[in-house]
Amino acid sequence: MTEENRKIAFICSKGNMDMAYPALVMGWAAIGNGIDVTIFFTFWGMDMINKARVDRLEVAPVANTSMKMSMMGVDTGNLGIPNIMGVLPGMTAFATKLMNDKMEGIDVPPVREYLQMLVDAGAKLYACKMSVDMFDLEMDDFVDGVIDIVTASDFMDITEGAQIVFI
Amino acid sequence: MATRDIAGKTVQVNDEGFMTDPNEWNKELAVVIASEEGITEMTDEHWKVIDYCREVGMESGSAPTLRNITNGAGVSTKELFGLFPKGPAKKVAKISGLGKPEGCV
Repeated sequence: MTEENRKIAFICSKGNMDMAYPALVMGWAAIGNGIDVTIFFTFWGMDMINKARVDRLEVAPVANTSMKMSMMGVDTGNLGIPNIMGVLPGMTAFATKLMNDKMEGIDVPPVREYLQMLVDAGAKLYACKMSVDMFDLEMDDFVDGVIDIVTASDFMDITEGAQIVFI
Repeated sequence: MATRDIAGKTVQVNDEGFMTDPNEWNKELAVVIASEEGITEMTDEHWKVIDYCREVGMESGSAPTLRNITNGAGVSTKELFGLFPKGPAKKVAKISGLGKPEGCV
């Protein structure tokens, strides 16, 4: 039984709501199946662990070619949300609400709760030193469970032997 | 369909060792499967989880997801991962005599 445990590490670099979920869903699946999980937050991904931002992640309809009118529950097939409409004030909030409702409808927890589940299950969260400096952040700005602020080089040490997924 | 003998009973299992007929399950079987999964002692807390999974599984036909368990069985995520270390998702389903959980959360 000396075989080393499988390890996976995610690099979260995006702060859009739709880009926050992949690491959470895959990380949860991994840890639920006994795989060690490490998540490194960098650049816009810092929003996922920023207490002031995590509950306000958004998804914008502008230039999002996958976002169709049919998401609003109207049967319009492949008709997209026109970019000209997307620029109207409130459209991002509206699209975000739609997506939040969809998530809730299929019992997917909000990002903050999902992160807490991962932490409780033993996932290790780290914040990127360069991003912390750039955005003027400190440990107090982060949700519970962020272990430390580390450099890219530290991350390489921490994730030795892990499969790495960049998001 | 493959079968195997557990605790003196022959049960149907799939390729991954999950029981395929939840009606063949009993508590003695569960104890043996648990020990195979590295859980040497089934405490009341373990049974709380397994009983809940049985209840959900018999009703819905599939194993509950981990979040479903923590919400429904009254154990926290931390406790669940403590009770069934190194991957509760498959372990809990296996011990409960159910298939793999079908949800992602």
